[in-house]
Amino acid sequence: MNFELTEEQLMIQQAARDYAQRELIQDVLERDANATFPAKHVKALAELGFMGMMVDPKYNGGGMDTISYVLAMEELSKIDASMSVIVSVNNSLVCYGLDKYGDEFQKENFLKPLASGEKIGAFLLSEPEAGSDATSQRTIAEDKGDHYLVNGTKNWITNANSASTYILIAQTDPAKKHKGITAFVLDKNSPGISLGPHEDKMGMRSSDTHSVMFTDVKVPKENRIGEEGFGFTFAMKILEGGRIGIAAQALGLASGALERAVAYAKERKAFGTAIANHQAIAFKLSDMAVKVENARNLCLKAAWLKDKGEAFGVASAMAKQYAADIAMEVTTEAVQIHGGYGYVKEYHVERLMREAKLTQIYEGTSEIQKIVISRSLLR
Amino acid sequence: MKILVLIGNVPDTTTKIKFNADQTGIDTAGVQWIINPWDEFALTRAMELKEAYAGAISSVVVANVGSSQTEPTLRKALAVGADKAIRIDAEAKDAFFVATQLAQIAGEYELILAGIEASDYNGSAVGGMLAELLDRSSVSAVTGLDLKDDKLLVTREIDGGNQHLLCTTPLLAIVQKGIAKEVRIPAMRGIMMARTKPLEVIAPVESSYATSIQKLELPPTKAACKMVAEDNVKELVRLLKEEAKVL
Ligand SMILES: Cc1cc2nc3c(=O)[nH]c(=O)nc-3n(C[C@H](O)[C@H](O)[C@H](O)COP(=O)(O)OP(=O)(O)OC[C@H]3O[C@@H](n4cnc5c(N)ncnc54)[C@H](O)[C@@H]3O)c2cc1C
Repeated sequence: MNFELTEEQLMIQQAARDYAQRELIQDVLERDANATFPAKHVKALAELGFMGMMVDPKYNGGGMDTISYVLAMEELSKIDASMSVIVSVNNSLVCYGLDKYGDEFQKENFLKPLASGEKIGAFLLSEPEAGSDATSQRTIAEDKGDHYLVNGTKNWITNANSASTYILIAQTDPAKKHKGITAFVLDKNSPGISLGPHEDKMGMRSSDTHSVMFTDVKVPKENRIGEEGFGFTFAMKILEGGRIGIAAQALGLASGALERAVAYAKERKAFGTAIANHQAIAFKLSDMAVKVENARNLCLKAAWLKDKGEAFGVASAMAKQYAADIAMEVTTEAVQIHGGYGYVKEYHVERLMREAKLTQIYEGTSEIQKIVISRSLLR
Repeated sequence: MKILVLIGNVPDTTTKIKFNADQTGIDTAGVQWIINPWDEFALTRAMELKEAYAGAISSVVVANVGSSQTEPTLRKALAVGADKAIRIDAEAKDAFFVATQLAQIAGEYELILAGIEASDYNGSAVGGMLAELLDRSSVSAVTGLDLKDDKLLVTREIDGGNQHLLCTTPLLAIVQKGIAKEVRIPAMRGIMMARTKPLEVIAPVESSYATSIQKLELPPTKAACKMVAEDNVKELVRLLKEEAKVL
């Protein structure tokens, strides 16, 4: 076993840290307050190569491994999880999906500008009536010979407005239930697509989330990813990888909150001494540190398995469930350690706490991760 | 024109510095190493110039005197965009030693950039010594650098203003941080390209040390800061008189 990071992994971690601490921090509070999309940061991170980190350089990607991706996601998320979810959706759902399962035409036309970050993508699986239960897809893609005709509504779509490319999951054969689900890649500008209003969210407020309506949208046949009926397997496989990204996001929220709590506890005085000298606070920090370290190890283990080409679905479910749950705990404790100051926006920890909550919900709730994990035990 | 940027390998500026047992050096256990901040600004400016005058500047090379442990720092310089790195394989114990080592490779570069100091021992000596050893002109405290035809436009900060010089090459410029606005973060593409860029290791020449560190000392610890309410001048005067004993 070897816990050492390579020189390149350290360099990428440092690059992400530098960008986050130098640039993202500048306007993160303002973007959170006004729910404005971080367009300039998306552009800058694209230039640095963070929008398609793991894609083959042949298709404009960064050619880096999943471990590097975890390191980058942690560093970005310490400062700004709204930004890091944009990075995560583009990298591990959209680019990964096209890189792994797209054909040459789709890679040339859709993957290349997504991997370079010139464009960004969105992943459209959830529906008003299909969240945890992704099998009950109501969006229909009807075979019309040379194209499919799509009708239906997708819900909670991250990057819905800012994306140029959509990966869409829809039902092509309702009789076959989830075996009749198919995946597509398409332009967001296709006629017949319209967006619901920007969701006014509790956290991750500067990422744009909308519902997306499809009314007689024509999708060319060459935009189908894999065969008809492959869509559900496709979505589940992609989410296995995506969960590593969200797990690393949750990890970053927790480790960012821990860093702030440690700094504050050393500085803040009560009863004549730094609050860190009160053991009740020191022990809180200790508990938080153990949880963060565990979450980091789970994330890196899942990434390591993926990089080795081994099965990583259960490992990524464990990483996602644990990291998300402890992110909620650790950010809450960080607010507690900050006392009243923790409850105001200037000190960031209340925002980290609001953001942490989402990591327990999207890309599979904590309950759903436990279903995945327990099924693997009881098989 | 070929540019050489001297790269010091120094502890990260947030490191809590501890000394070794006999107090003649820094305890390097657990230290994270970075490019000396002044050198990083110099490298950034060199890259900007190369991009702005692609025809006139053929390459940017970085050089360091150090053991193999300094190679990650050199590879970061390659990732940021340098074309080639040279490491002279010897421990960089004092400025004269370092300058004599660099002198063996530096002569062929029309422009050499050295940081005005290094954030480890802040010696501020290598640049000047190297210019002397190479017998070439040097300008210190450079805060601006540009190309003008085949000459260099150099800005120096002087007391109360700036001095603008037109310099011929070859030149050694000893630079301040203001030389570039913001240091660059290496991009993924650069990190990947650094894998295949040359990192040449050269044997040291016979040289000697001009100095040796007898003892390092930490500054006295700062006393805690006391806040006095803005309308309480009386208390401030009392504190200055009775506690700080400066009045
Ligand atoms: C801000 C945001 C961004 C999102 N981005 C995207 C996106 O880009 N693309 C996309 O496709 N989706 C996205 N989602 C959707 C997200 O993945 C779903 O919200 C999530 O899967 C949960 O689905 P649901 O909201 O319908 O909750 P439900 O499925 O209705 O779940 C409600 C509760 O019941 C629990 N539950 C459900 N089934 C079980 C069970 N069998 N056993 C135990 N408990 C169960 C759940 O864990 C949860 O606690 C996003 C959501 C949000 C809030």
